[in-house]
Amino acid sequence: MFDYYTLKLIWWLLIGILLIGFAIMDGHDMGVGTLLPFIGKNDLERRAIINTIAPHWDGNQVWFITAGGAIFAAWPFVYSIAFSGLYWAMLLLLVALFFRPVGFEYRSKLSGHRWRSNWDALICFGSVVPSVLFGVAFGNLFLGLPFYLDDTMRSFYTGSFFELLHPFALLCGLISLSLLTLQGATFLTHRTSGEIQHRAKISSRLFGMVLLVCFSLAGIWVSKMNGLIITQTGDLNGSLNPLMKTVSQLSGAWLGNFKNHPMAWLLPIGVYVMVFSTLILQAMNKTLFAFVTSSISVACMILTAGVALFPFVLPSSTHPDMSLTLWDASSSKYTLNVMFWCALIFVPIIITYTSWAYRVMRGKVTVEYVQANDKSLY
Amino acid sequence: MIDAQAVDMARLQFAATAFFHFIFVPLTLGLVWILVIMEAVYVMTGKTIYKDMTKFWGKLFGINFALGVTTGITMEFQFGTNWAYYAHYVGDIFGAPLAIEGLLAFFLESTMFGLFFFGWTRLSKVQHLAVTGFLALATNLSALLILIANGWMQDPVGSHFNPITMRMELDSFSAIVFNPTAQNKFVHMLSAGYVTGAMFVLAISSYYMLKNKHIAFAKRSFRIAAAFGLASSLSVIVLGDESGYTVNEAQQSKMAAIEAMWETQPAPAGLALIAFPNEAEQKNDFEIEIPYLMGIIGTRSFDTPIMGIKDIRAANRIRVENGVKAVIALEAMRKNPNDMQAKVIFSQNEKDMGYGLLVKRYASDLKQATPAMLDQAAHDTVPKVAPMFWSFRIMVFLGFSFLAIFLTAFWLSAKNRMTNHRGFLKLCLLWLPMPWIAIMVGWFVAEYGRQPWTVFGVLPTYLSASNNSVGTVLATLVGFVVFYTGLLIVEMYLMVKYARLGPSVLTDSVH
Repeated sequence: MFDYYTLKLIWWLLIGILLIGFAIMDGHDMGVGTLLPFIGKNDLERRAIINTIAPHWDGNQVWFITAGGAIFAAWPFVYSIAFSGLYWAMLLLLVALFFRPVGFEYRSKLSGHRWRSNWDALICFGSVVPSVLFGVAFGNLFLGLPFYLDDTMRSFYTGSFFELLHPFALLCGLISLSLLTLQGATFLTHRTSGEIQHRAKISSRLFGMVLLVCFSLAGIWVSKMNGLIITQTGDLNGSLNPLMKTVSQLSGAWLGNFKNHPMAWLLPIGVYVMVFSTLILQAMNKTLFAFVTSSISVACMILTAGVALFPFVLPSSTHPDMSLTLWDASSSKYTLNVMFWCALIFVPIIITYTSWAYRVMRGKVTVEYVQANDKSLY
Repeated sequence: MIDAQAVDMARLQFAATAFFHFIFVPLTLGLVWILVIMEAVYVMTGKTIYKDMTKFWGKLFGINFALGVTTGITMEFQFGTNWAYYAHYVGDIFGAPLAIEGLLAFFLESTMFGLFFFGWTRLSKVQHLAVTGFLALATNLSALLILIANGWMQDPVGSHFNPITMRMELDSFSAIVFNPTAQNKFVHMLSAGYVTGAMFVLAISSYYMLKNKHIAFAKRSFRIAAAFGLASSLSVIVLGDESGYTVNEAQQSKMAAIEAMWETQPAPAGLALIAFPNEAEQKNDFEIEIPYLMGIIGTRSFDTPIMGIKDIRAANRIRVENGVKAVIALEAMRKNPNDMQAKVIFSQNEKDMGYGLLVKRYASDLKQATPAMLDQAAHDTVPKVAPMFWSFRIMVFLGFSFLAIFLTAFWLSAKNRMTNHRGFLKLCLLWLPMPWIAIMVGWFVAEYGRQPWTVFGVLPTYLSASNNSVGTVLATLVGFVVFYTGLLIVEMYLMVKYARLGPSVLTDSVH
């Protein structure tokens, strides 16, 4: 039905949608986890905070797992090189993610103070680390990763973990941490009341401001840094491999797509507008709308990064010609087609039952509610 | 050059983390249906004891589920971190069922998981039962998709090699979904999970009866577990037999190793009940054989011979030689796309290319490969016999032991005499870990038996790994073992604590 060219484009968008889904859904859980030890002053308050996400964290985490699976299926090359190259970063991410399911599930199973406060710290760790790494990874896409391919398409990565911690990448890490923490704070404002809600609002303002400052700095930085442009390539509608093109480096090239398509500026502008709207709506106590605008800011942010890099998905810093693009790192036409129909059918179904689950569990979670349902809640 | 030791380390890491993941998965698969049964009885009869039973076994389910999720993420990561070339080479096919598992099953399962625990007061009885039902359905679908992915590794149907992208690409999605190997493995594995869930409930209920606690609760749970377990253990045996049949179709080398069959026997071949395989001399030092049985199980006929190990190796020696030609021709084609002669040689030998890749273990440039290397590669195509032979027999013995236990438990339940037979209750408790052991050795047979391949006949394990150093993979392996052990201790502690407390955790204070 679609030609290969269109399917490759569709999958670029679908991976984007899955990452946005992850950042909105798992993102607010992570934000809540990050804030947990700071906003919850005692055990009951912390339980109230955890129980706002208790029925949903597991489903939300699947956005992450599915985004990973979809990258495996649609861009096997990217999966292969990113996971093996960023070995220690991936291991760190994995360890951090370990603490979340067990943290949520086991924390309130025993009543000891040390037991619970240790789990709180681990939940916080398991939320902060992935939030930061998410941005560090994106930052490194702009900088390029040191890898090359041999003739059999085996990849070789020549960097180390600490080289990932380039100042620009750390700045991006701070952006994603503030973005997801803002998302979590906005969610908490909607689902809690009283003192906790008050503290969540303050956190929203803090992280919203940090986000916008860092985002602006990163924008200026990107305009000065070297980006990549494809200078020659084969038939984009056909089977390609990453060795079949030439690429040149050019200062400010990452803004090329914005210059060629000025409409794209709406995305970064959207980040500012949506973050401000979130803070204003919160001040007006329109907490649900604030969560919506905060979620839109997440989408704008990821799309801004994606559009800047387009059509690159995994640039190489040492061998720019071998950078992965959506044209030459995608799966076969047949696989993209099958997976497209699967996504088209299942994503709306997922959104439907997830919304239903949120509807069933709606309402404020208070300290009194936790006390009254001591046994059945986390 | 790939570091062979690093590959072995990566294999060990995969085995360790997969086995660990599989401590939790089978219990989830089986226990969830027991929850459905209990809750259905509650909805139909309105008796609160069944609601309490659902909630109590649900608590244990939740403790187990958390670690299943945690350890599952590792598996997904590992395909990229430690098996990068594999991920590139077959991601076009293998990635699809993994992504669909997320979309179709894991999302549903995880969303329903939350509602199962927190939705009791917010959903109607029927709605909540539906949630539990979807939870059960989704966990099982999840297993289906994973087994489809694994089934393709065992029997790579519906795909072809693309010389431009240098990878395998999908031809037919329905072929990999309805791959008989995948289907048989799925139902066999699923039944094994059901047996595990049933044994879990049976053993803990036996413990309560032995301690004379929660008798009404324990008897009811025991009955449900006995009936569910009886059906499951019957099906695990029947479907295991079916699985054996497809193994012989798809992987003769695995079958021959399981049976320690060095020579091709006249049909129908006998089944070695006990044997001491001697790898060096390619014979069994001692053997007790049941005549005809193997031929009938393996081929469903009286006149089809089953290939012996020596003949399999000899046949594969030819495939290795053809495969080397294919790999060399492919290299020539990549240097010069218009090399017509190379194209012809490649297309003639393409189906054996994987066998040629086996030689890369001994010579990175296949033009330099010696006949001795080719011999060695052909020799590698059959896994070590003794571990296969014995682990398979342990699995089968345990399989029949479950049938015996559930049959007895069912009979005692029907007569309502389970509390009188303390010896049997003790046996049930003692047998608690056995389904896990059976499953672990079963997976060992499936995965070790596929060696030297990650994808049978297509991609050697040796080539699949990432270019990590031994030190890196060893460090993470040790890290996983230490970390997982810690998590397991916490999990077991909570499990035992909650199991001991019994249904009182729902109402009385635990603190």
